[in-house]
Amino acid sequence: MIRALGWVLRRDLLLAFRRRGDVVNALVFFIIVVSLFPLGVGPEASQLRNMAPGVLWVAALLACMLSLARLFAPDHQDGTLEQMLLAGEPLVVLVMGKVIAHWLVSGLPLVLMAPLLGLQFDLPGDALAVLCVSLLIGTPLLSLIGAVAAALTLGVRGSGVLVALLVLPLYVPVLIFGAGSVGATAAGTGAEAHLLLLGGFLALALVLAPWASAAALRIAME
Amino acid sequence: MIKSNRFSWFLFSSPQSFYPLAGALQPWFALLAVALCAAGLYIGFFVAPTDAQQGESYRIIFIHVPAAWMSMFLYLVMGFWSGVGLVLNTRLSSMVATALAPTGALFTFIALWTGALWGKPTWGTWWVWDARLTSELILLFLYIGFMALQAAIDDPRRADKAGAVLALVGVINIPIIYFSVQWWSTLHQGASVSMKSAPTMAATMLLGMLVMALGFWMYSIAATLARVRCVILERERHTDWVAAEIGAQK
Repeated sequence: MIRALGWVLRRDLLLAFRRRGDVVNALVFFIIVVSLFPLGVGPEASQLRNMAPGVLWVAALLACMLSLARLFAPDHQDGTLEQMLLAGEPLVVLVMGKVIAHWLVSGLPLVLMAPLLGLQFDLPGDALAVLCVSLLIGTPLLSLIGAVAAALTLGVRGSGVLVALLVLPLYVPVLIFGAGSVGATAAGTGAEAHLLLLGGFLALALVLAPWASAAALRIAME
Repeated sequence: MIKSNRFSWFLFSSPQSFYPLAGALQPWFALLAVALCAAGLYIGFFVAPTDAQQGESYRIIFIHVPAAWMSMFLYLVMGFWSGVGLVLNTRLSSMVATALAPTGALFTFIALWTGALWGKPTWGTWWVWDARLTSELILLFLYIGFMALQAAIDDPRRADKAGAVLALVGVINIPIIYFSVQWWSTLHQGASVSMKSAPTMAATMLLGMLVMALGFWMYSIAATLARVRCVILERERHTDWVAAEIGAQK
């Protein structure tokens, strides 16, 4: 099982590395969206500081959502997914490997880029650290929940818009506690409660989401 | 039809035998709905006393609160039938779930709309980012997502199952969303306006609301039965019994 996990992980990472453009695009999208906000609302530092957690988190949600289309669709098109379903290894493990690869490729770069963008919004040092930690816990959660929606809309008409419709309401708790943790640090009440809740959601999603994604994949491939 | 001495609970799980049953029950539920809604509205608009603080404008809660109850309840019912359809692989359960979604979305929308109408004279604003309002809005998005997913998939069996998985994920998520939204608004600031501070209700007000809720419940059943009949006819149009049914009606 571990070997199967490692195999899927290595394969997806290799494929992503071969098509570096896709990975970079999601990251550039994140940077551009975040940079547009000061242009839209004005460059006043105190206002930007208040907005920063929400803006960065919403942009991370959108960037993560955009990359969901790459999670299962290419494998579905070239028939790899069918082989994965037929393979002797449990589908849940294979899905888990794909989700981890998706996070490493599309979630982790956002975490690494976030402090730089936070500086542009004049966030203080402790808030920047909390922003990074919250994104580090939150982005795997986005990949896990997104995998369910991506599997449900596999091969469906207009799946791009549909994924957004399905997944964004489910992202609400992540957004609230992710952005809330940074806001709470700035307000001086401490971010532990928010981060612990995010961690709790992550634990829950780790158990349930791969299972639901596997079920959705089986339905899609029937 | 299964001929057996013992009554089979699975008799009506077949669309063919459920179709006439739904047709026979539907007018009665519709009648009950009209009667109960009329009684509830009468109690609400003529019998219940004027509220000391909110004046006459509070009377919209006779529609608003039952609609909000039903919107949440119907999602659970939808999730239940989706789960049954997924586990037992019964076509009718999935059809019922499909038929429930528009009614649930309708009640969610009514709850939001009447809430805005109530908020303007009472709170002085159409919308506040209060926990309840926000979670109701997200519930509407979940209903729309469910319907959009089912509409986008051409194969009805796949649409059923995909919708069922989504509904179940939604059912797990609803408490999380509900509490996170509640904590979000309470952590930020004390809600300046809250439903909880409403004065304790007079007995007639509560009665009116309960009667309206029952009326809406009956309406939901009637509307779902009517819609599930349409779904059955559409899905089973290749069968002989539907052809006979349509032929008999002509």
